[in-house]
Amino acid sequence: MGLLEYALIGGVLYGLFFALVGVGLNLIFGVMRMINLAHGDLIMLGAFGAYWVFHLWGLSPLFGIPLEVVGFIVVGMPLYYLVVPRLLHTRDPEMLSFILFFGLSQVIEASAVLGFGNNQRSVPTSTLGRGAVNILGQSFPPAWVVAAGVSVAAILALYAYLYHSRFGYATRAVMASREEALTAGINVHRISAVAFVAGFCLAGLAGVFAPYMLGAIDPNMGVDLTTVSFAIVVIGSLGDPLGTVIGGLVYGIAIMLMQTYLPSWSNLLPYFLLIVIVLIKPSGLLGRTVRHA
Amino acid sequence: MRRPGVLQGGAVLALLALGFGLVPLFYGNQSLLFSMMAYVALAQGLNVAYGFTGYLPFGYVGFFGAGAYGTALAITFLHWPAVPAVLGGGVLALIFGVVLAPLLRLSGAYFAIANLAASQVLYYVVANPNLTSVTQGPYGIKLTSVFAPNLSYAVLWVILLLATGAAVYLRTSRLGLALRAINQDPVSAEMAGVNLVRGRMVAWLLSALVAGLVGGVYGWHVSVFYPQSVFTLRISIFAIVFVLFGGAGTVIGPVVGAVLLYGLYDVIGISTPEYFQLIYGALIVGLVLFLPEGLASLARRRGWDVL
Repeated sequence: MGLLEYALIGGVLYGLFFALVGVGLNLIFGVMRMINLAHGDLIMLGAFGAYWVFHLWGLSPLFGIPLEVVGFIVVGMPLYYLVVPRLLHTRDPEMLSFILFFGLSQVIEASAVLGFGNNQRSVPTSTLGRGAVNILGQSFPPAWVVAAGVSVAAILALYAYLYHSRFGYATRAVMASREEALTAGINVHRISAVAFVAGFCLAGLAGVFAPYMLGAIDPNMGVDLTTVSFAIVVIGSLGDPLGTVIGGLVYGIAIMLMQTYLPSWSNLLPYFLLIVIVLIKPSGLLGRTVRHA
Repeated sequence: MRRPGVLQGGAVLALLALGFGLVPLFYGNQSLLFSMMAYVALAQGLNVAYGFTGYLPFGYVGFFGAGAYGTALAITFLHWPAVPAVLGGGVLALIFGVVLAPLLRLSGAYFAIANLAASQVLYYVVANPNLTSVTQGPYGIKLTSVFAPNLSYAVLWVILLLATGAAVYLRTSRLGLALRAINQDPVSAEMAGVNLVRGRMVAWLLSALVAGLVGGVYGWHVSVFYPQSVFTLRISIFAIVFVLFGGAGTVIGPVVGAVLLYGLYDVIGISTPEYFQLIYGALIVGLVLFLPEGLASLARRRGWDVL
């Protein structure tokens, strides 16, 4: 039975990490009703940030986190004001933003290939601790535990922000209804810009742990990560950042079980889950409302 | 403004027919012309779905791959001659389209991503080593026994004209008008008596069929291909970019977009694909922000109603 227990506990650790992978996408969708198709590419940039911090300066990849947060704030803020207000005034903001972020993802991917080369790279797992961590009789690499711990901390921080701060209340008001938030005197653009940048930073944070959780990293990993994130977010329900934790856990446990018992079919899983969920319950496991027409 | 008519449609068809029919006589690079023609047809097929119904099939390549593999299976296992096998590939893509039809219940981005996921599922099934006895798994398909570059070129030429003809039909017919109404406001269209489900279904299946046929004839033309090469997301992406660039919902737009951008790709993209990716990524961002209706809207601003 060791195999099953390993898959289940590993799945929880893995799933918590994937909750962090998806949560930034969900935050941006919740506030702006836009799907950030460049999400996976931001995670890729985060992963390369961790890689370079380790390889250039020999520091722990964790030092990449503050650097990336600063970087994403510097880039994300102007990007928001350049792109989003303009998009919101178009004929079909949802579809056009989808296409625009897709273009952005191509620009990031191409620049990363030009800048970093097309090779796979990795960070030694010993940089986040040696040996093994024992959980309920199963041993896991320390990096997994650290990644899961940071994910939980980041999601708790997001929860605290959304539910226990003034800005957070305003953010949830914008999520509920942009127009009504506007009439209530909330500075919708400022709230949205903060959420936009926070979504970027969460992607970068997930990226720092990507070399440990996903093995090798390369500039082309973004598209797959975007699809997986989207699957996780939809499983949990779009627009509800906390549902993403459930989505991540479902995904993590399912992928671990697949890799244990049916390894050759496991790469089908995220896509399959995604299709099944959107067809059966497009609003996600926690969703209340269903879109019509 | 008069609605553009069948006459202009005939002119576009004639131009395409003459262009891709005559250029090979004095320009030797058949593989470039073949790929360009394939992308014009794919862009036109995608336009039938996206331009007329607003459903963006991000996994459009799934139909292309289904067509290529359907054709290959018909040749390898049923020993069909190549041309009926290409039709068989088209039918397989059509069946895939019927299977995916429930996705049309979703809207906007949900549909696009679910469709992308569906094409990935198909890719992983085809490339799965457990199915090597059927699809050759990741090891690829060889159709060298039926290799016929000139005949397959001619068949693609016919498919291109059919796809463009379908777009002309949608642009000028009552059905096309109904689809535009659905696209702009589904609820009002339905109240006005437009059959929503039927209209979307026709456009969707037509679009799937075009991609399947193009995929089939592509597989036949190159005669050696791998799952990665016929299921690569790049095919969907190119078709989408070409349509957006030219102008979705028009007949000329996708043709102009595909010819111009594929030409550009051929000059700079094949040796250094990253530069091309950078350019078209920036192009998409620019288009959405400044020219969301594509090149066609430039003409429309001057008062010409582009076909």
